[in-house]
Amino acid sequence: MNRYSLWLYVTIAVALALGVLYTLPNFFGEAPAVQVSPARTTLNMDNSALGRVEEALKKAGIAPTGTILDPNSVRVRLVDPDTQLRAKDVIERTLNPDPANPSYTVALNLLPNSPRWLAAVNALPMYLGLDLRGGVHFLLQVDMGAALAKQLDSNAGDIRTQLRDKTVRYVGIAREGDRILVRFRDADTRAKARGIIAEKLPELQLADEGAGDDLRLVATVRPEAQKRNQDLALKQNIQTLHNRINELGVAEPVIQQQGADRVVVELPGVQDTTKAKEILGRTATLEVRLVDEDAQRSGSTFNVDVFPERRRDGTVSNVPMKKQVILTGDRFTGAAATFDQNQQPAVSINLDSAGGRIMNEVTRENIGHLMAIVLFERGKGETISVATIRGQFSNRFQITGLFTPQETNTLSLLIRAGALAAPMEIVEERTVGPSLGADNIKKGFDSTIYGFTALALFIMIYYSVFGVFSTLALCSNLLLLVALLSMLQATLTLPGIAAIALTLGMAIDANVLINERVREELRNGVTPQAAIHAGYERAFGTILDSNVTTLIAGLALLIFGSGPVRGFAVVHCLGILTSIFSSVVISRSMVNLAYGSRRKLERVAIGNTAWK
Amino acid sequence: MEFFKIRRDIPFMRHALAFNVVSLVTFLLAVFFLATKGLSFSIEFTGGTVMEVNYEHAAEVDKIRKALDARGYHDYSVQNFGSSRDVLIRMPLKPGQNSADLSKAVMEGLSADDATAKLRRVEFVGPQVGRELAENGALALLITSLGIVGYLALRFEWKFGVAAIIANLHDVVIILGFFSLFQWEFSLPVLAAVLAVLGYSVNESVVIADRIRENFRKMRKATVTEIIDNAITRTISRTIITHGCTQTMVTSMLVFGGPALHYFALALTIGICFGIYSSVLVMAPLVRWLGIRREDLVKPLQEKKPEAVV
Repeated sequence: MNRYSLWLYVTIAVALALGVLYTLPNFFGEAPAVQVSPARTTLNMDNSALGRVEEALKKAGIAPTGTILDPNSVRVRLVDPDTQLRAKDVIERTLNPDPANPSYTVALNLLPNSPRWLAAVNALPMYLGLDLRGGVHFLLQVDMGAALAKQLDSNAGDIRTQLRDKTVRYVGIAREGDRILVRFRDADTRAKARGIIAEKLPELQLADEGAGDDLRLVATVRPEAQKRNQDLALKQNIQTLHNRINELGVAEPVIQQQGADRVVVELPGVQDTTKAKEILGRTATLEVRLVDEDAQRSGSTFNVDVFPERRRDGTVSNVPMKKQVILTGDRFTGAAATFDQNQQPAVSINLDSAGGRIMNEVTRENIGHLMAIVLFERGKGETISVATIRGQFSNRFQITGLFTPQETNTLSLLIRAGALAAPMEIVEERTVGPSLGADNIKKGFDSTIYGFTALALFIMIYYSVFGVFSTLALCSNLLLLVALLSMLQATLTLPGIAAIALTLGMAIDANVLINERVREELRNGVTPQAAIHAGYERAFGTILDSNVTTLIAGLALLIFGSGPVRGFAVVHCLGILTSIFSSVVISRSMVNLAYGSRRKLERVAIGNTAWK
Repeated sequence: MEFFKIRRDIPFMRHALAFNVVSLVTFLLAVFFLATKGLSFSIEFTGGTVMEVNYEHAAEVDKIRKALDARGYHDYSVQNFGSSRDVLIRMPLKPGQNSADLSKAVMEGLSADDATAKLRRVEFVGPQVGRELAENGALALLITSLGIVGYLALRFEWKFGVAAIIANLHDVVIILGFFSLFQWEFSLPVLAAVLAVLGYSVNESVVIADRIRENFRKMRKATVTEIIDNAITRTISRTIITHGCTQTMVTSMLVFGGPALHYFALALTIGICFGIYSSVLVMAPLVRWLGIRREDLVKPLQEKKPEAVV
């Protein structure tokens, strides 16, 4: 009765083999590496970039121990930290001849030292959280209220322009909180205005208010439009953060949306929080200017501003511009990638009414000339678009040209970065120094190892051979848990390590239950084989029940927890799953292997069961 | 080896009243401390800034205080953290103050006094985030409690669910009482520990409930009191050994885990110790008083039920 079928043994063997395979990378440690990634989205990493990196290293007499190329980065593994620093300098100099305008981000990184075949089956070491490896964590809150107010202001401007164009006489237009109030003297005018606004500004929801000669039309943004705008604002801010963080030279930055209006930024290895915050908090501005075509032809730089433009082919050319600024970013109300009437990719731009009037004048006088958009960040301008003015336009226009949809996306994002970013505020910050991270790993590791050893010794003495089985089951639990964490690449934090220790301490419960039950059956005079069978069978229901209740607590933590609690909850929940498997199935398989095939089993070694 | 050789059932139920009075008194004391002293919440809940600064020699806390006073900071707290060379500086939130500037300004002040001062860790939490964390924590506790009651009611009987959750929530209150009495810092990991203990202590109640159900089936003639006594006696060995094993792990965390895991392990320790007491000696009498009967658990129509243990 205590025999497992072959397929069950095979299942266990496969699970353990996978466990060993995926735990293995954690033992190889990490090697210093240099990571090169493009500093802008238009650049891709390809073989030529890899070739340039290898060439540069060869010239400097540095032999890398390995190179990895993927679409987003080139990573070069090196022998020691000294070589790593030298290699970084060499690569930086070669790939970024102009340090003020870097095309590539060159960062120090650590790469797993495990053999290539392990990486090939996706066996990677556990992903360490910031509290273990050191770095900065920010939680940024996007001020959606400000974004909405800005949108309403521009809508109010649009209403004004529309009503004026159609010569509808209104008394006043004003924004009050999150609504726009338009006043009229008579109901007919109001009805007419309502029709115009509903047609031209479909994202507004309209309602009539007031009586007598104080008639009002109240416009609010439709909830779905508001949600779309918020999503856009958040996406916009995340994109801006990506671009800026690239400058910091962080190997594996994490930039993620959290909830409806928050962004998490994690920068492993970064210690200089002041610089990080300066970069995150920076604001960008836009300017629209006319290109000085005379200067462009003659090459003269007299009385012109020159801003570099990065061309599609990677070259940089300088664009001379007239000193006069036509528009600044605050006149922009929208920029989106679309398609023009010929189904070519284009970027559509909306300006507010004041911007529209200026644009109207400028374009009337400059048809056929070049207009440029310049993005300023850190007081440094970069030309992001140069286009010929094809006709007179006001507050809505398109930039067309030989774009790919990806390029129109990038351009619209850049325009929004300069004009429309909703303000962000740091609401949470955590910085952990690298020495503290290493300390935390050691402390977490120590407490697990010493606790586990003490526990194993006690169980083996108390339950004798069954104790050895229980200990081995506990070892396999640890193995499977670490393998699962490595496989899922879940972030391991210090509370996560504590959860590993706690899981082991709690998992022993199942084996104690089983062993005590077997003892009890033996005391009642049942034969050893029957006692083992009854012990495992009867214990299983209890083990399941108690693990489900623990799992309920774990899941609640997972759902409602954040930060350190989440790290704890993930490991805790996974640990409960591996516990059930190892303490019931794996320990039973060992007992079955040892005792199950014996016809006549006189006694089993489960410690003293005879009470004298 | 065997520690517990108990031949006769121990009459736990005879002293049920005494046990319940003891736990009620502890519970009321805990509530009293919570009401009068409150919890010393970490900045994760209250919002504020914490800085951990490391010196190459023993840190002079008085000097640090002077340096902070000189820069016009108030309401801060400075204390040693883990070793004499590490200090923890806590600062409350101030409207309009930027965390970036704060930690930088403080570090400049400290470095001016002592060049070996090194910033090990900064944590800043805004007021809104803190409030949300507290709300989510309370919500997690509520959901866990409801989930456990629901599951136990489904698997056993509603009386077990109610008794188990009362017994174990009383553990939670006692843990909080300790944190209030000694004004230990209540942080997010401590909250995680409290919830983990809640899930873990319920194990205890499950084991005993399982045994009570089994006894109802086997001991046809026995009274409810005898059945409960027998169930507790026969599981006591498992109870103590399991808790001993878990506590071994937790003690190891307490000793080797350093200051970051200190309060986490402490909360677990209190939870485990009181967990034994409450789930054995509080839950079982409660079940009896709620009027558990054989018919509640042994349903004549339902023949095959998973059997129980230890």
